[in-house]
Amino acid sequence: MTDSSFQTGTQVGDETDSQTGLMLAADGTPLKRSLARALRRQKVRALLLIAPLLLFVMLTFIAPIADMLFRSVENQIVSETLPRTVAKLDEWDADTGVEPGIETFEALYVDLFVAAERKLHTRLGTRLNYEMTGVSSLFRKTGRRLDDFGEVYEDQFNALNAAWKDPKTWVALLAAPGWTTAQADWAKTKKGAEPAFELRPGVAMMLPRTAEAYSEFAKFIQEVDQDSPTDEDPWTLVHTALYMDLTTPGAAYSGPMPDLIAEARTAAVNFTKFDLKQGFLDADKDWADPQVWATIKTYAPKYTPGYFLNAADMQLTPDGIEARPENEQIYGLLFKRTIFMSITITLSCIMLGYPVAWLLANLPMRTANLLMILVLLPFWTSLLVRTSAWKVMLQQQGVINDVLVWLHIVSDDSRLIMINNQFGTIVAMTHILLPFMILPLYSVMQTIQPTYLRAAKSLGATNWTAFWRVYFPQSVPGIGAGSILVFILAIGYYITPEIVGGTTGTFISNRIAYHISSSLNWGLGAALGAILLAAVLILYWAYDKIVGIDNVKLG
Amino acid sequence: MADGNTSDAFVAFERVQKSYDGETLVVKDLNLALPKGEFLTMLGPSGSGKTTCLMMLAGFETATHGEILLDGKPINNIPPHKRGIGMVFQNYALFPHMTVAENLAFPLEVRKIGKSDREAKVKRALDMVQMGDFGGRRPAQLSGGQQQRIALARALVFEPELVLMDEPLGALDKQLREHMQFEITNLAHSLGITTVYVTHDQTEALTMSDRVAVFDDGRIQQLAPPDQLYESPQNSFVAQFIGENNTLSGIVTAVDGELCNVTLDDGETIVAKAVNIAGVGERTQVSIRPERVEYNKERMAEGVHTLHAEVLEFIYMGDIFRTRLRVAGKEDFIIKTRNAPDQVRLRRGDKIEIGWLPTDCHALDA
Ligand SMILES: Nc1ncnc2c1ncn2[C@@H]1O[C@H](COP(=O)(O)OP(=O)(O)O)[C@@H](O)[C@H]1O
Ligand SMILES: [Mg+2]
Repeated sequence: MTDSSFQTGTQVGDETDSQTGLMLAADGTPLKRSLARALRRQKVRALLLIAPLLLFVMLTFIAPIADMLFRSVENQIVSETLPRTVAKLDEWDADTGVEPGIETFEALYVDLFVAAERKLHTRLGTRLNYEMTGVSSLFRKTGRRLDDFGEVYEDQFNALNAAWKDPKTWVALLAAPGWTTAQADWAKTKKGAEPAFELRPGVAMMLPRTAEAYSEFAKFIQEVDQDSPTDEDPWTLVHTALYMDLTTPGAAYSGPMPDLIAEARTAAVNFTKFDLKQGFLDADKDWADPQVWATIKTYAPKYTPGYFLNAADMQLTPDGIEARPENEQIYGLLFKRTIFMSITITLSCIMLGYPVAWLLANLPMRTANLLMILVLLPFWTSLLVRTSAWKVMLQQQGVINDVLVWLHIVSDDSRLIMINNQFGTIVAMTHILLPFMILPLYSVMQTIQPTYLRAAKSLGATNWTAFWRVYFPQSVPGIGAGSILVFILAIGYYITPEIVGGTTGTFISNRIAYHISSSLNWGLGAALGAILLAAVLILYWAYDKIVGIDNVKLG
Repeated sequence: MADGNTSDAFVAFERVQKSYDGETLVVKDLNLALPKGEFLTMLGPSGSGKTTCLMMLAGFETATHGEILLDGKPINNIPPHKRGIGMVFQNYALFPHMTVAENLAFPLEVRKIGKSDREAKVKRALDMVQMGDFGGRRPAQLSGGQQQRIALARALVFEPELVLMDEPLGALDKQLREHMQFEITNLAHSLGITTVYVTHDQTEALTMSDRVAVFDDGRIQQLAPPDQLYESPQNSFVAQFIGENNTLSGIVTAVDGELCNVTLDDGETIVAKAVNIAGVGERTQVSIRPERVEYNKERMAEGVHTLHAEVLEFIYMGDIFRTRLRVAGKEDFIIKTRNAPDQVRLRRGDKIEIGWLPTDCHALDA
């Protein structure tokens, strides 16, 4: 408060400031504000300096991670591929134990037809197959048959009036006249973008199903085939839709070619019918299984916890979240193993690296440099070479076993199994990650002056006490830094466990790689990756709480 | 000389040699004995082997040859932690991960002293260096001078009989250093501990010590109380190293008991005390302290031989005047005169006569 009384005396002009006791800079602005301004300028300059790196990191690191995290919950494929079916399934209750009604089958018919034409149904099948085995083949089989469903109607329409065979008839009936002209203009030059198909106003009221089906058709022709709908026979889907529009009572028709419609309306009543539901059941009887529908409904939302549940050995069923069957639970084990082995590797690195780092820090410069080269040597060799070398060393017919047999320590028929298991992975990875422990340890130990040890001894401490009470505590930041480095590198390691891990020594990252590159279940891979990331962050946080991240020094 | 008598000495070096690389001797034939309670300073330029001597005494280096005795017993084979010698290092070496109190308790803990006893001793030691309130701080939170006191307290807390200090004040600013010099000597004397103190600062050595051992080139050049060291240096190294000094070089022409005649390079002959001369006809360096030179005829003693001098520079320094002269062809001859009311203030270009007592003028090795 001495400041404020001082300010009152000098800064008469600025009462508020002297009342609040703010210090003022020479130009009269509050000191805090001018300081903040100066600091902001510094910050901006610093930001500009790191901007290129920041941009690079954003593009190559942050963005992929964000994308990955997004993929782990993203599930738009179901609702995008089967929008109508999903809407209809809303009203259906899986607990009834029967498959949904005919409207749902009709919606599925439209959705699947479009998807099959766009070849999206197999992708959806693969996606749903993660949740229920058999869905993939169900979709594939059905997709092949869908085209046949509407053939009955196509034939009957064509037989009724040859005009139905002409694509122009359909255009005249359903397309907006403006679009038809624009399309014709475009067709002359084929330059620029095709004008997007537009429905004739009002036709969606009068022939709703037909309009919808034809729109999908036209969109497909324009987008995928890049042809003109005016030259293409419509899908059988459109015929079916027209049949259904004409046989269900609706708004009176008042468009072009009323005679054609009237004629068709009269005739349609007597058309041979095709039972859609039966068609689906004929294609695959699984369509009668409410479980299939339940799965579609469960995975209909745009975002799903399904991948994460899967990664945690659980699953999302229509009845809620459940544990997976015992024999399918693999990820929990893998996560536990990954963490256990990473800890073991980190501890081994500490045990092996500490004495080396100590030597490095205490030897004369010349010898230390030589030793340092030996420590860094692994960095000059390809990771693959090093890992393969361990394979040569550790395998049953390998160097170590040969030596042991030669020394009669083990007999020839009981050679040790040291590779393709956890032991092999731990040995190889300890070797590979050791420099990451030694380097931070070394740089921290270099800063610990030998006088501390001398001081401790002069105060009466034995060599051991001096080391343990004085030297070791000062080297803990190095252990911390090395451990964090090694542990985080180990927990996400892939190549070495892949090569020497066998089945019992693989890490979660091997499973992630499998899902990314082989099973193509990116969502699950992403969820596993996200959990791994979270685990690392939690461990990091815990480390910060327990040891304190300020205690981590790289030199 | 006191260093011959090692039988009743508390610490003694006997013909100690030390070489690190097997080629050069860093310490050459060191003989030194100090009685209990003495404050001895090893003074010498950097690299003269002072630290090495201290480290051999503390047990961190082994003597290549010779014996070191502590309280009459050879300690060559006793490991450092059993020697019970307190040490203060130049950079203090306070353990950064421990608080001040923990630092002080450390030597007591390793000696298995009980907790209550320990706390009492720590408190006493902290009070002794006036740092009683700082027990809970970390060394990094202390200023240099405070760290220095803690290092001192830590070296004393386990009540050693011998304390070694290696340039403990080197990192402090001048004022603090002078203050700490005073405190350290006070403490050492009041506790009656024997102290071996290493410094390269001659003022420090002169003000603090009972005796000073001047080191150069791995040897003790002179071991004497400060006044003797200053007033009767044994060789030109000591004369040059301690305080300000004028040297004139010449040839010994005659020796007459304590005194000798020296013919300077410009032909003038002066009388000097024959302290360290090789013999008649040999070269010598004559050393005269600037404050012992007189130019005021009235104050000069009867029969003093005078030399011609020309004033090159006159510096007014407040309490004294410092004048640079050209004497016997040399241009770095300094005289210091007290700023008294009747003192003549010289001016540049003045031609004067200077003189001194033969006993203030030492003929030393060339
Ligand atoms: N550990 C060592 N190894 C090799 N040479 C050393 C070592 N310590 C000191 N020396 C050498 O011994 C000489 C004396 O050093 P030191 O005792 O530290 O001198 P001072 O303390 O008087 O400055 C120096 O030339 C120095 O280079
Ligand atoms: Mg030294």
